Amino acid sequence: MGAKMVDFNGWDMPVEYPSVGGLMKEHIAVRTSVGVFDVSHMGDIRISGPQALEAVQHITMNDAAGMGIGQCRYSAMLYPEGTFVDDVIVHRLGEEDYMLVINAGTREKDVSWVTDNTRQFNCKVENLSDNYTQIAIQGPKGVDTLQKLTDADLSKVKFYWFTHGTVCGLKSILIARTGYTAEDGFEIYVPTDEETSARVWNEVLAAGKEFGIIPCGLGARNTLRLEGKLPLYGHEISDSINVWEAGLERFLKMEKGEFLGRDALQRAQENGIKRTLVGLESIDRGIPRDGYQVMDLDCKEIGYVTSGSYAPFLKKNIALAYVPIEQSEIGHELNVQCRSTPVKCKVVPTPFYKRPKKQA
Amino acid sequence: MAYPADYKYTKEHEWLKIDGSTGSVGITDYAQNSLGDIVFVELPKVGTEITAGKTFGSVESVKAVSDLFAPVSGTVSEVNEALNTAPEQVNKDANTTWMIKLKLKDAGEAGQLLSAADYEKFIAEEGAH
Repeated sequence: MGAKMVDFNGWDMPVEYPSVGGLMKEHIAVRTSVGVFDVSHMGDIRISGPQALEAVQHITMNDAAGMGIGQCRYSAMLYPEGTFVDDVIVHRLGEEDYMLVINAGTREKDVSWVTDNTRQFNCKVENLSDNYTQIAIQGPKGVDTLQKLTDADLSKVKFYWFTHGTVCGLKSILIARTGYTAEDGFEIYVPTDEETSARVWNEVLAAGKEFGIIPCGLGARNTLRLEGKLPLYGHEISDSINVWEAGLERFLKMEKGEFLGRDALQRAQENGIKRTLVGLESIDRGIPRDGYQVMDLDCKEIGYVTSGSYAPFLKKNIALAYVPIEQSEIGHELNVQCRSTPVKCKVVPTPFYKRPKKQA
Repeated sequence: MAYPADYKYTKEHEWLKIDGSTGSVGITDYAQNSLGDIVFVELPKVGTEITAGKTFGSVESVKAVSDLFAPVSGTVSEVNEALNTAPEQVNKDANTTWMIKLKLKDAGEAGQLLSAADYEKFIAEEGAH
């Protein structure tokens, strides 16, 4: 397909597809019609058995109790310090059957973490990462594209729910209404042999042709998720950042009972949170990028940018950054050191982009 | 894509067009293609002294920042301000979109640069990796 490839944590991944116009075109396609991503590098861990729920509750921060079969919940696994092992999407597959979809870069670490921390529960842990090719079909026309390829009634699948159905002639394919683009769309999990994967990929492209579908790489994946303020491990969340600082407390259910990281988070809350993740938009000319220093208007260092870029849909330069709580008010002005130049930025509400509500 | 024969080229993918004692500098078509859509260009002010082989500014695509290296030494006499608001012009026509003009310190320095033919050979080898 003529993709520009790059090494992403040991995976050979497409950054962008110049033949369709590259990153900007891919990004806009997802916002306005549909794009398709190969995200097979992501991992999948299945936890099943009589104490599967207890195990999931112990190792994740969101509440998995009361999840319906077919439901997904965004969550995270925490270290005892209340910091992040990884973020995950928990899928309830059955009565005693859950699947955690995890990041590519943290696959091995996560599998070890889950195995080591669920030994005390009567459950089975399986690493299914290599069993699936995961393809994401994202954008307002994503549902129309996939509907042409499946017998499942996608109109019945709500956002953050999944179903199983025949896709491209393959039976019992997991079809989840999830994604990492801040758009509507689906992720499908098909058998991993090359012939099948390639056939499905091509059928998705053919089905989406009338809507202007294009293949999308990691570059667009990053700019899309940044506009939607979706965290990236190693940037907004990591083993040195806690849940309060990252602003992810709406996925944290302290009241569910004991879980790894709970006590540390309790203490951290009582001691007061010192820094917080904010959204920035540049005022002066310059692009605030990952790792750049954040300074106050006197050029004293106060924090750093976790992710930053030109935003292709919003047509602005945006960033997420950790700053002291006292400097996090909307409208507050700061500087970001963009190589040799301090660039004035202001704190703005996030997410930077929210997809429009569907008209009835 | 033909590279103008009357230009000189660097291994960092800049081109230099000499007009008497003035030179114009831009980046090559190969460079703009590798970078992708350019969203930001940072250039020096008029009057800045630049030195052959040293950086004089940068060009940014969505996903990457690339330094610009001076092909020769000189004093910046003109800056293409249009690139502040329309950086994509570089993608549209790299060969004719100049970034800075400079009063050359020593026109002889250009002799160390690549000819169009040598540059095309150079990028053919780079592309083969």
